[in-house]
Amino acid sequence: MTALASSNLSPDVANGVACDHCGLPVPRGLFEPDATVQFCCNGCRTVYDMIRSHGLDDYYRVRDTVDAPRQSARTSGERYQGFDSPAFQAEHCHAVAGGCYVCSDLRLEGVHCAACMWLVERLPKMLPGVASVRLHLRDAVARVIWNPQETQLSSIASTLDRLGYPSHPARHASAAEVRKRNERTQLIRLGVAGACAGNNMLLAIALYAGEFSGIEGQYATLLRAVSAGIGLLSLAWPGSVFFRGAWVALRNRVASLDVPIALALAAGGVAGLVNTIAGTGEIYFDSLSVLVFLLLVGRWFQARQQRWADEAVGLLGSFTPTMCRIVRDQGVAEVPTDSLTPDAIVEVRSGELIPADGVVTVGMSKVDRSLLSGESVAVPVEPDDEVFAGTQNIGSTLHVRVTSTGSDTRVARLMHLVNEGVRDKPAIVQFTDKAAMWFVTVVVAAATATFIGWSLAATTSVAVSHTIALLIVACPCALGLATPLTMAVAIGVAARRQMLVKNASVFEALAGTGRMLLDKTGTITRGRPTVAEWVGPDWLGPVVANAESHSSHPVARALVEAYGDVAIDRAERIPKDVEELGDGGIRAMVDGRPLLVGSPRFLASRRVTLKNSIGDKLAEFESRGLTAIGIALDGTAEAACALGDKIHAAAADAIVGLAKQGWDVTIVSGDAQGVVHRVASEVHLDESRALGGVLPEQKLELVGDNANGRQNTVMIGDGVNDAAALAAADVGIAVEGGAEASLAAADVYVAAPGLMPIVELIELAKRTKRVVRQNLVIALGYNLIAVSLAAAGWITPLIAAILMPISSATVLASAMSVALGSRS
Amino acid sequence: MSILYIMVPVALALAVTALIAFVWATRSGQFDDPDSQPYRMLFDDEPVDDKRDNSPPPKGE
Repeated sequence: MTALASSNLSPDVANGVACDHCGLPVPRGLFEPDATVQFCCNGCRTVYDMIRSHGLDDYYRVRDTVDAPRQSARTSGERYQGFDSPAFQAEHCHAVAGGCYVCSDLRLEGVHCAACMWLVERLPKMLPGVASVRLHLRDAVARVIWNPQETQLSSIASTLDRLGYPSHPARHASAAEVRKRNERTQLIRLGVAGACAGNNMLLAIALYAGEFSGIEGQYATLLRAVSAGIGLLSLAWPGSVFFRGAWVALRNRVASLDVPIALALAAGGVAGLVNTIAGTGEIYFDSLSVLVFLLLVGRWFQARQQRWADEAVGLLGSFTPTMCRIVRDQGVAEVPTDSLTPDAIVEVRSGELIPADGVVTVGMSKVDRSLLSGESVAVPVEPDDEVFAGTQNIGSTLHVRVTSTGSDTRVARLMHLVNEGVRDKPAIVQFTDKAAMWFVTVVVAAATATFIGWSLAATTSVAVSHTIALLIVACPCALGLATPLTMAVAIGVAARRQMLVKNASVFEALAGTGRMLLDKTGTITRGRPTVAEWVGPDWLGPVVANAESHSSHPVARALVEAYGDVAIDRAERIPKDVEELGDGGIRAMVDGRPLLVGSPRFLASRRVTLKNSIGDKLAEFESRGLTAIGIALDGTAEAACALGDKIHAAAADAIVGLAKQGWDVTIVSGDAQGVVHRVASEVHLDESRALGGVLPEQKLELVGDNANGRQNTVMIGDGVNDAAALAAADVGIAVEGGAEASLAAADVYVAAPGLMPIVELIELAKRTKRVVRQNLVIALGYNLIAVSLAAAGWITPLIAAILMPISSATVLASAMSVALGSRS
Repeated sequence: MSILYIMVPVALALAVTALIAFVWATRSGQFDDPDSQPYRMLFDDEPVDDKRDNSPPPKGE
């Protein structure tokens, strides 16, 4: 429900009515002829009532002022009692103002414009006890401060929920604090480097001007001394990151661009200091300060883009409900899931998540295990069957005897694997870093040759001065600035196409070739049922959709998606007295006749006649592995509907495209082998490239097998069952609608549906790599000229001062070409 | 030109002052969220009542 429409929608949309909250068209099935206000969904209705009842109608005025994109509201209806538990409070909240108030950061879904900020920050008016709310618009994180005597976090979260902003805890509070402190230190470092560079350039202009027009010795000494002081400050503090980086790289024997940078900075610093004290020769400090500043600017931009992508998908996942219903002798009670112990009996109603691993004691139902196993078809369960935490009960109410809870559940063990995978992930060596090592070798060789040559041809002091000049002009400044900027631009381009890249090094891996493992459910297919076939009178479709429109069941949503926009042909056929029955069916009155919608078993239990062609069709659908839904009027089956997991449009084209780019594509799925083979043939893949029945642990092994080889392994998936493999792969890509665990584990999150964005991402990676190489050639070309001039002893401060900005500017222009290329 | 002996320290002192202000601003979190502030200043602290006439959302039919 996040469809965006152009903001110039008029109140009466051409073919329908606009929602009174969000302005999007109202589906015909939800149009209420008698009502004065109309809504496109229940979320919008809840939010509209909430805003009205608190006298915050100004929201709509503010929204028009800021010209916000239209987005329908979504509420979760959760009660957030888990937020009040001591364990949660200890982890995510801290006392402020001497303990009178409590502060916590909440990450809000559904924040999309400045008007959202206006509304969220009006919370103290709606809820007494809330002292202040500040919403960080970009991160969608709200900092809430409240008085624990007057209100509770659960009330705050559920109020926000009813405003259309379901909340999640935002990261571990102390981790967030550390991150924020790091960011501020980085910014201060950048500021100090900038101030040093600016002031040193002023002094340098005076000194250069003095060189041409004549300057008294004492003033030259003064200016040189001040310049040296500022230069040393910028080397010692902001510049220390390069020395530290180079030291770490050398100690671990890994390639890094920091090494040549540190070499040049050190050589320049020492020579400059010696010359300043001696009072003769070049002092270099102006160039060094500017160098440090420019290099830090590049890195800061890259870090900022990466952090943004990381924040945007860094939801702290929870797969089990925070509250569950425990069955005791004296009745059913709601308790926090954390307090569950083995052998307790919990009640799980239709549509709810199972809170812990356990064994069914009472009830027969179906369980959707797709999150855990990737199976697209719900599994029937009956007493004595095992069920797992985090899976969804989609049939009727079950009683489950808990066997393991919390960190002992299967999903928790899987998450442990994910964390291990993230920790042990192989680092991708950046192309620039590899080039840097060659570069260092060449520079050191050239410096040695220059020193020996000039020592023989002239004096040692001349040799030293020429060698130092060479080391400084050989600093890969343009390269050090351009590579992070190219990455930052590429991450920005990707983000505009709804691909969030958390780590720029994935471009390196994606630009090459290797193995690509694709999950099926939710990746190649949509991961949710859609109407595949309909047999029966056409007028019945919209009627059924209307009757199902108030249910949140996946089957109901599929029917609404298929027929919700079609008008019911006669007014008397609009369903009345719609009732959702406990065993997964719907009953309503249509044109004075009783309508029943549900599975064949449900219809049979209501004594519906299935002995006709419709009944046969239902049996055929079930035998083909599809979900069959029957529609009965007056006790006779009138229509049959088959629901299946449809393959994304253009999935076949995308897979062909990936293969053409040299990727070795394999489907790995937890689903049954037969289903996987059928999907493989639909996307033109050989059966040997389709593995079915793969457990999450086996997916991890498959990724591990490949990681040992020289090939890159890319894993694409969406579920918790893919998360461990996503974390361990060289590049993990989580796709639209993925579980939070997979988003956290992956390097890239693709928020647009289908596989086509992945083809685009790979094209972007190739373009990025091309630009990085182009930068390298340009930067090294300049360095080569400069080094040759220096070796010949022709480098003067003026030539250096001209060469450096030209090379930086050229490389910057080249970095920006990543963005230009994507627009065409 | 001996004024340089005064002017250079004065210029440096000014630069250091600006730098201290920047460090203080950063430490107190003023650069933490550059995206929200430009909008926040557009919102009135208290909604003005006489503008309410424009505020009701468009009615459906």
